[in-house]
Amino acid sequence: MISFIKKSYVVIILIIMYAPIALLMLFSFNNSKLPIWKGFTLSWYAKMFNDASIQQAFMYTIIIAIISSFAATVIGTFAAMGINRMVSWQKNIAMNITYIPLLSPDIIIGISLMMLFSVIKLPFGLPTLIVSHITFSTPYVILSVMPKLKQMDYNLYEAALDLGATPWYAFKKVIFPEIMPGVIAGAFIAFTLSIDDFVVSFFNKGAGVDTLSIKIYSMARKGVNPTINAISTIMFSTIIIILLVMNIKVNKKLSKSQTK
Amino acid sequence: MHRKSLAYPYLIWAAIFIVVPLLLIVYFSFFKDGSFTIQNYQKFLEDYYIKALIRSIELAFISTVICLVMAYPLAMILSDKHMTNKQIILLLVVLPMWMNSLLRTYAWGSLLENNGVINSMLKAVQLAPITFLYGNGAVIFGMVYNFFPFMVLPIYNVLCKIDPSLIEASYDLGADKVTTFRKVILPLSMPGVVTGIVMVFMPALTTFLITRLLGGGKINLIGNIIEEQFTRTNNFGFGSAVSMILMIIVLITLAFMSKKDSLDKGGGLF
Amino acid sequence: MENKDIQKNYIIDLKNISKTFDDTEVLKDISMYIKRNEFLTLLGPSGCGKTTLLRIVGGFEEPSRGEVYFEGENIINLPPYKRRINTVFQKYALFPHMNVEDNIAFGLHIKKIDKKLIKKKVSEMLELVNLKGFEKRSVDSLSGGQQQRIAIARALINEPEVLLLDEPLGALDLKLRKGMQLELKKIQQKVGITFIYVTHDQEEALTMSDTIAVMNEGRVQQIGSPVDIYNEPKNAFVANFIGESNILEGKMIRDCLVVFHNTHFECVDGGFDEQESIDVVVRPEDIQIVSQEEGMLKGTVESVTFKGVHYEMLVNTGEFLWTIHSTAMSYIGQVVGLIITPADIHIMKRR
Repeated sequence: MISFIKKSYVVIILIIMYAPIALLMLFSFNNSKLPIWKGFTLSWYAKMFNDASIQQAFMYTIIIAIISSFAATVIGTFAAMGINRMVSWQKNIAMNITYIPLLSPDIIIGISLMMLFSVIKLPFGLPTLIVSHITFSTPYVILSVMPKLKQMDYNLYEAALDLGATPWYAFKKVIFPEIMPGVIAGAFIAFTLSIDDFVVSFFNKGAGVDTLSIKIYSMARKGVNPTINAISTIMFSTIIIILLVMNIKVNKKLSKSQTK
Repeated sequence: MHRKSLAYPYLIWAAIFIVVPLLLIVYFSFFKDGSFTIQNYQKFLEDYYIKALIRSIELAFISTVICLVMAYPLAMILSDKHMTNKQIILLLVVLPMWMNSLLRTYAWGSLLENNGVINSMLKAVQLAPITFLYGNGAVIFGMVYNFFPFMVLPIYNVLCKIDPSLIEASYDLGADKVTTFRKVILPLSMPGVVTGIVMVFMPALTTFLITRLLGGGKINLIGNIIEEQFTRTNNFGFGSAVSMILMIIVLITLAFMSKKDSLDKGGGLF
Repeated sequence: MENKDIQKNYIIDLKNISKTFDDTEVLKDISMYIKRNEFLTLLGPSGCGKTTLLRIVGGFEEPSRGEVYFEGENIINLPPYKRRINTVFQKYALFPHMNVEDNIAFGLHIKKIDKKLIKKKVSEMLELVNLKGFEKRSVDSLSGGQQQRIAIARALINEPEVLLLDEPLGALDLKLRKGMQLELKKIQQKVGITFIYVTHDQEEALTMSDTIAVMNEGRVQQIGSPVDIYNEPKNAFVANFIGESNILEGKMIRDCLVVFHNTHFECVDGGFDEQESIDVVVRPEDIQIVSQEEGMLKGTVESVTFKGVHYEMLVNTGEFLWTIHSTAMSYIGQVVGLIITPADIHIMKRR
């Protein structure tokens, strides 16, 4: 009896969580603008693929995600290695700065960067989007690499130097393989955050440069539009496929980057 | 290569793009055309803005409580080691954290709309449509829906980490299941509860997206006010002042929560 | 009526306990009595089922078959919190969110006992475990040994009839462990209740116990006093597990005469069939090294290791490699004689 109640509770919560997503996906194949089933169609997908502005938004989203997650991974990995070697007061300062973007509301990150870009007169567009995405995702990379560095035996690196390796060679052959899982997880988190971001991009986009999230937002405000369902279906599926293909134990990674 | 100088590029980046922008908020909130003013803060004292602030706190608070009440039992069920298919269920619960919250909010909106899925179904069976959207209820619903996983995960993590022998020790010393929950499990899970509260309350307090999509522009929370200043009226000064107030609330909440957390670890309260 | 007297003397009666975890049988039909006020040790290598048996008595595990009687009453369906048994857990399981006082008082708080009385009892308990004045300390600030004492105090304050201890000294270093062994024994005598103690350390078991139950592969191999178990091991496993032993195959000729190592020896055991195959156990310290002419057996010293109090020597007599402990040192290569007196020859039934 108790186990039945428990199971039903879990099932009900999962239904509430997934029903809207499932229905959204379902109606992306519906042959009607209204949410009443009128038969199967791919016309919304066709519409989506023929819409130049959606294509452009899609391209921008991917470009921004790739560039920003790559940059964040490089900057963040080196940063974690550097911070790890700092004495404790320096480390404290560096980590506190790192926590700011994690703990600040998105909207604050968005508007503060927006003010900075207007003050330094950086034109809003692709560069501002990339810079802002790097800024909010680098801390996640650092927090994902940091535990791996702490686990690593520093003697390994010294042993490599002792055996005649150059620092760069030692990094490549000793440190990097050890922290690799953290780096990959960090890159993955950065990429997903970039694709999913709406708030920060919303404040830092430029005229004619939209990401998919922003495109959807402006379409959604004009009312129901099954094309959005089609885009959403593709975005949801992409995320799920990435998760499955990379076979990442989501819960583990998430516990490391619990915020957000 | 393995030296602290490796962190310099990041530190420079962080100084320019994290620290300076925050200082800009402080600056713009106090200075207008280069001279000091508290005008922006005075403006916030107007009834309309104070009401928006109170409503923001109210809605965020209610959403947090609902999330907590719903998430705690779920986390407990999932942390039971006899649970079947636990990994899959856990994955399903946290998966939405990776999904675009705009899309998920939109999904609910299209479900609840006046011409949405539910009302279409009601119409099909000759029932009167229900207005779900554009009220406080819809906004709270959206917040709970969006941030629920952020409450489940930290509580689940903490519950899993509780040493089972502590629970056995409690039974051993004469505590029944209810007493053991009250005196051992609940206090030991407080760090997770606190993290969960912070992770739900903060984004709920600062959202402008959920109100925009599910509140239909009728409900203005503090997030919406900030958004307006920056995207429509271009009043950076007032927007910064509101942001400052928002950050102060965030900091107070964080300080309060971390203090309470340490109190519970010391065992003063339970 | 005699039966009743026995029952009075026994506090716990385990009947045909079996336990299966995922197809592996960890306990196989265990039946035993535990006497009131005794210090009983369940001794055995890891995986022998001793901890599982303890957890069944404590109520944390249900046996697949069998019953547990507590003062003549079947308690198999009683949850742990209703049993008059308390436990000291392996890693102490002190509540990290409570200070020392609240940890110790946990059981009394639940019984809603008067606060003043609780305070008094807590300080009495702290005195018993030699930690007077530690009430307000936080649990993390204590050393392993201190945590251990708090765990004991927390259990004893509830005045249980039986205290279960699951390898409580396992996490302590050697010196501390020795001290705690004596102290635990003292505490047991002071409070006068039954202790059931689980350990894999034979020395610990011999030092502290009134009774030892040696377990292996889910079965009780032998129950008896430390002296009995040491001197009269019932089978090769017990002989090997309790101290080092020389174990040889042999044959009983008749009562008090045995043949092994192709030699006849007098012994003190009887009750075997004539010509019955048996195992012979000789403790390393029971073998005397003499000159080769005087010895019952002759052999060559193969190695000598200094062990602190004694030397450990391996002597090869052709048929067998003997382990011998002696305070007198012999030299490698030396040819020596060995003498084994009848009382030191222990005969065991072959399994």
